[in-house]
Amino acid sequence: MKATTYFKNKMSGNNFLLFVTISMFLLMYIGGILVYSSQGFGTMQTFLNMLIDNAGLIIAASGMTVVLITGGIDISIGSVVGLVCMMLAHSMENLGMSASLSIALVLLFGIAFGTLQGWLVAYLKLQPFIVTLAGMFFCRGLTAVISVEQIAITSNTTFLAMAHKNIKILFGATVNKRGIKLYPFVHPSVIIALVALVCVWYVCRYTKFGRSLFAVGGNEQSALLMGINVRKTKMLAYVLNGFLASLAGFVFCLNTTSGFVEQARGFEMEAIASAVIGGTLLSGGVGTVIGTFFGVLIKATIETYIRCNGTLSSWWNKIVLSALLCFFIVLQSVFATLKEKRK
Amino acid sequence: MQKQLISSPLVVSLKAATKKQLFLPIFALCLMLLINVLITPSFFKISIQNGVLYGYTIDIINRGSELIILAVGMTLVVASSGGADISVGAVSALAGAVCVRLLGASYDSYATPMLLAILAALVAGLACGSFNGFLVAKLKIQPMVATLILFTAGRGIAQLISAREINGNMVPGQILYVRMESFRRIGGFFPNVVIPTPVFIAVLFVLITYFVLTKTAIGLYIKTVGINRKAGRLVGINSVLVMFFCYTFCGVSSGLAGVIASSRIYSSDANNIGLYMELDAILSVALGGNSLGGGKFSLIGSVIGALTIQALSTSLYAVGVTADQIPVYKAIVVILIVAIQSEEFKRWWSLIRLHRQAKKAVAV
Repeated sequence: MKATTYFKNKMSGNNFLLFVTISMFLLMYIGGILVYSSQGFGTMQTFLNMLIDNAGLIIAASGMTVVLITGGIDISIGSVVGLVCMMLAHSMENLGMSASLSIALVLLFGIAFGTLQGWLVAYLKLQPFIVTLAGMFFCRGLTAVISVEQIAITSNTTFLAMAHKNIKILFGATVNKRGIKLYPFVHPSVIIALVALVCVWYVCRYTKFGRSLFAVGGNEQSALLMGINVRKTKMLAYVLNGFLASLAGFVFCLNTTSGFVEQARGFEMEAIASAVIGGTLLSGGVGTVIGTFFGVLIKATIETYIRCNGTLSSWWNKIVLSALLCFFIVLQSVFATLKEKRK
Repeated sequence: MQKQLISSPLVVSLKAATKKQLFLPIFALCLMLLINVLITPSFFKISIQNGVLYGYTIDIINRGSELIILAVGMTLVVASSGGADISVGAVSALAGAVCVRLLGASYDSYATPMLLAILAALVAGLACGSFNGFLVAKLKIQPMVATLILFTAGRGIAQLISAREINGNMVPGQILYVRMESFRRIGGFFPNVVIPTPVFIAVLFVLITYFVLTKTAIGLYIKTVGINRKAGRLVGINSVLVMFFCYTFCGVSSGLAGVIASSRIYSSDANNIGLYMELDAILSVALGGNSLGGGKFSLIGSVIGALTIQALSTSLYAVGVTADQIPVYKAIVVILIVAIQSEEFKRWWSLIRLHRQAKKAVAV
């Protein structure tokens, strides 16, 4: 009896969304193992490749979760990622800067850009969507101002070593046809992504700033009455997001090792979709980074499906992801109306 | 001191003029035209070459007609829901792809009559618009998130529609070329007419919308829903239906813009039709003196705003800025306009003025 009420309390509303996400991921993954086992879907390396390919997205989506929790949104991050890649490529290839200096520069840029957007949203009370839409076009345009041509990073050995270093994991090894034991590996980008994820999770859950994020998103008026500096909290959320977006850009650049105008187009949509699929409410006040992580994994599983299938065009990635986002948004909306009716 | 308090009639009328909603758009347009004249002295010169009108101003009106059509749709969306539809560019691409695919991309495939193909493109726009409208009006999802779905998926679907037979397989993601001469006329010229066809379409579209909005009650409904949805419901306005109508209308206008754009390039290019158009359309609405928070709107303001944006693009091209770089400047303009319109800014401004007046009073 007690267990069922406990379960009911836990499952009501928002936890239920997280539960749906995790079980959906498990179902999709097991389904993938059954259907595409001949393509090696079930191996450890396939799972790790999902993390390697989406390391940038994990970071960007956790930043997006923070902003969504405050009730805002940031659609500029795709362009920021593109711009950061271009800045890294330009500074290292054409200006001959060292890797650490250019990385520090782009991270500073991310913080500055986040601060500007946050100031406009929090202190001038502009609609976050308009501000970040302008930010999106601003960064995309700036990328083209730096260079319209694609710049590949080829000369900076430190950066390339960082990009291609294989970190072996000592379990789940497979033996290939020649009898050589192959250990599954990850790139440093995955480590950076997971560390960032854990940091954001800790900040959201155990710090004063993190808790005030939820308070502001849940009800701004009550948060104000509780003595929380609403404006500052909102702005800091955008600053954190700007930093994470530029970090995501750096990690994204580790994967692509080049800068290009069209890079990471639609990335913001992937981040929002991952966060929403992971149970973050668009109306603010609810969300966890853990859910977002599973959202990213679901997106990665769909990608792997489409890759394993082979005949489907890559355009299906975006369409399926959009459909999934649509489904979860509708689910949220239904939950919200049910909640209102119960009241 | 006395002299300062009594202001001349001219100053009074000037002050009244600046308070009008249309002051900002007209002022911005004049400023833009002035800058253009300074950059290119032959700006206002219009001549007839090859039997059609030719000149910078004609070019702006011609190239701006898609933007005018989109801005009209966007105005209604912004007025009714207080949020923007950011899928207009992608929906244009989708509608263009539908139209061109039906017109026949290769000699042996479909060759639907042109009218039917255009109608199908408009229906595609209508379907996308009603999808957005359903999400926003019925399910009460924030407009920009709801339209973000089609913003991303729209171009993907357009790519899938733009399929062409290569070696027996339908390969998506191709640029389709139309093989029907008469299709060029929509984005070009009818024989023996000196004015480009898009201008006619845009003018007709604006006029029809204007009369529908002013002669029927729908315009008033939209304003009411935009200002206060609950109050609208209490006086018996079906706010869900009104918002749904606005989004559907915006979808149709993006479809029309897509048809014109694909006729202009005589092909369907799912990657580039309507690219960056969503920002331009929102900018036109904001420049037209309309609040992006919804409520009161001025259709004429948005049209003037659209022309201003087109003039801005033309002058930026003239200075040598490439198409990829233009968004930088437009983004800055958007933020400036929205910041100046914001309540916080107005509060700061009035505080500064009060401060000054107080200082003066102390000095006296």
